[in-house]
Amino acid sequence: MSGKLSEKTVRETVITAIGEMVGDNDLRMIAGLLAGVYLLCIALGLLAGFPIGGIVNTLRAVTVFAAGYGMLVLALNLHWGYTGLFNIGVAGFMAIGTYVTAILSSPPTMMPGPGLGLPVPIAILGGMVATAIAGLLTALPALKMRADYLAIVTVALSEIIRLSIKSQSLAEFTLAGRTLGTGGGRGIRYPAPGSIGGAVTETVPGMATLAEAAAAVGINTPVFTGLIYMFILVATVAIFYSIIVRIGSSPFGRVLKAIREDELVASSLGKNTSIYKLKIFAFGCALMGLGGYLWLGRSGFVNDLSFRPNITFFIFIALIIGGAGSNTGSILGGIMFSSLLFYVPQFVSQNFSGNASPPGSFAAAIDGAIVPYIITNIGPLRFVGIGVLLIYLIQRRPDGILGHRKEDAAAVNLGERPQSQSRVNKEKSS
Amino acid sequence: MGVAERVWQGRGRISDRLGTILIAVMILILIGDVLSQLLTGVIAVPYVASIIIEGIVVGLAYGLAGIGLSMTYSILSFANFAHGDTITVGAFSGWSVAYAIGGIGSTSFGSLFLLNATPGISIVTSFWVVILGLISAAVITVAVSLAVDRLVYHPIRDAEGISLLIASIGVALTFRYLIAFFYGTSVRGITDPASKVGLFSVNGQIGVGVIRPNQQLAQLTSTDALPAFLELTSTAGPSEVILSMTLHAVVLVVVASLLMLGVHLLLQQTKLGKAMRAMADNKSLAQVSGIPTERIIRMTWIIGGALTGMAGFLIVLNSGTTNFNFGWRLLLYIFASVILGGIGSIYGAIAGGLIIGLVNSIAIIWLPSGLTKVAAFAVLIIVLLVRPEGLFGGVTTA
Repeated sequence: MSGKLSEKTVRETVITAIGEMVGDNDLRMIAGLLAGVYLLCIALGLLAGFPIGGIVNTLRAVTVFAAGYGMLVLALNLHWGYTGLFNIGVAGFMAIGTYVTAILSSPPTMMPGPGLGLPVPIAILGGMVATAIAGLLTALPALKMRADYLAIVTVALSEIIRLSIKSQSLAEFTLAGRTLGTGGGRGIRYPAPGSIGGAVTETVPGMATLAEAAAAVGINTPVFTGLIYMFILVATVAIFYSIIVRIGSSPFGRVLKAIREDELVASSLGKNTSIYKLKIFAFGCALMGLGGYLWLGRSGFVNDLSFRPNITFFIFIALIIGGAGSNTGSILGGIMFSSLLFYVPQFVSQNFSGNASPPGSFAAAIDGAIVPYIITNIGPLRFVGIGVLLIYLIQRRPDGILGHRKEDAAAVNLGERPQSQSRVNKEKSS
Repeated sequence: MGVAERVWQGRGRISDRLGTILIAVMILILIGDVLSQLLTGVIAVPYVASIIIEGIVVGLAYGLAGIGLSMTYSILSFANFAHGDTITVGAFSGWSVAYAIGGIGSTSFGSLFLLNATPGISIVTSFWVVILGLISAAVITVAVSLAVDRLVYHPIRDAEGISLLIASIGVALTFRYLIAFFYGTSVRGITDPASKVGLFSVNGQIGVGVIRPNQQLAQLTSTDALPAFLELTSTAGPSEVILSMTLHAVVLVVVASLLMLGVHLLLQQTKLGKAMRAMADNKSLAQVSGIPTERIIRMTWIIGGALTGMAGFLIVLNSGTTNFNFGWRLLLYIFASVILGGIGSIYGAIAGGLIIGLVNSIAIIWLPSGLTKVAAFAVLIIVLLVRPEGLFGGVTTA
């Protein structure tokens, strides 16, 4: 018993020490984590013998990945962290946002998946509105359900959406004289949001010279334009963050937190909880739609395989790692999950398999070639690790990294009574 | 009971009935449509019969796999998202043992056990190997389920349902990708094609018989070449298969029915069933009444694990192929079956499985093939909206 206690105190001291070192500054925490991830990627890139352009590209890829997770984890935090809505249909809402934006922006001649050819900003708005409506339609009946039923309904819905997109019957259809379509199993092609990097390089004064300078150092133009898109994604994450922080600290946000803590109490206090839940569900879904388009749809081509239920679970796990209820935690979780658990193992598998012909099956690998087999098959092992980590987190650290900072439903902390106040009360009663 | 409360209940009942009536009307319209299409000759009787048979076979498999999910859902109060991958564990472990025994001596144990070599197993050529594989699937899945309960769920037994659900997602990922790591991710053929049993018309004779996989009815000159044939009547029509079912599907139907009967007897005739019902109803009350709850939970995993493992083995026997994520893909159908029937009811799970299996196969009459799954998932959502307690809700039997 005493051994357990001392172990706990040691752990707590270590955690506080780390906390003091990093400080409570959220931005510093995120920067520190990113710096660590970058150092690791640079080290791995140097080990793999990458030139400078390759290393910069690796850093770009890992940042894009982290930003994509950041957007979606923040949106999910609005549902699960703030309001306690167990939505595991994220993939479906991402798919709606991506596909509607794609169809609206794709020119009628672009195959597969012809569209309306609207300007991209209008298409993005249309995609977000469509996702919000889809969210509303889901939430209207589903929010009356128990949490586990909501989970099953949302995951089933995301599969319905994905299968419908994949279905040949929606691949091309005519609506009011216009031929539209999802492209079915062949996927959909549309103007790539990522191409904005190229447009910025050409139009913004000074960017062209910067690109030339970068090319002289070994960073070629595709990597340079990719970097510009990366900055746009990071800026979007910042916008998401500030919007959600504002919502969270508003009176509206306090009702959301009250719903999470105890819906009955919130409705007893005269709040129409259904309206609040509907609004936040629709808004979170719109953010998911935008996030899906900007991240998974960045290359101008996407198919149904990007929206399988696994991606929902990964976003959820990232949120749990970071700590549900904390926005900074959402970003930290997104970075940690996407880089350390997802990107780095993949990078190792691609660049360090060494052996020219790794064994094709585990049976062949047992006879001496087990290490190359493990390195080439790091993909499945990484998911095993993620699964075990998830179980560990639920058992031991259900709050994740920053879940203890879950914001209170009340505007002031009601957990502790000010000392002087209680003394006054005692004196009064006696 | 207050007046307001009574009025409220009455209102619930009316809206309840309204939804049920609407669904009943829709089902009647669909049945009428099938009949009219049959009468006008748009679709043929053998075609409808074949998709109904397929739906029943698949539905029995869903029902068998659903019993375990239903039991853990009601007794441990959480939706087990690892259930689909438990089916995969059962299938791979059972077939590994079957291959290792069936192909003994032909090639290395490793490549047999990892299902890389194909010793050529079918129910006709290797009956006892299949039975042994079925038993091992049950035993190994029970062992795995008990270990997972001990390591994962036991430490957080009193946590909320959602925490357990999230933990089960972790278990699901672990199972699925451990199998992918050891067995690889490709789809592989497992069984040899089996003989078919059914109603045939051969050279003017119509009868019940068995046909080998390498035989073609059109090329047969007489029924003597068939392994078995019993003439019922005669006709002038061409040689054709009117109705048929592979022997593997027959095994699935027979074994699944026997197991369901067994579970029914076990839960109705023993104290265990009563204790399980008590726990599903009120865990704390069961505990203070002296029911050994931990032992009941262990029995739940044992019964559920065994049925799930065998279901996985039988599904692969029937389909002939397997893949590391086939169980995960079945999970939503099985959830649909269990919720449709009413969580906690094993008869509900069976009936729900049959309905979902039939919906999935019959929907092909109206929907393009890519969208039949959508129909099955839509049934799930509609049931959750209209009648969340399920068809057999309230009558929990296990």
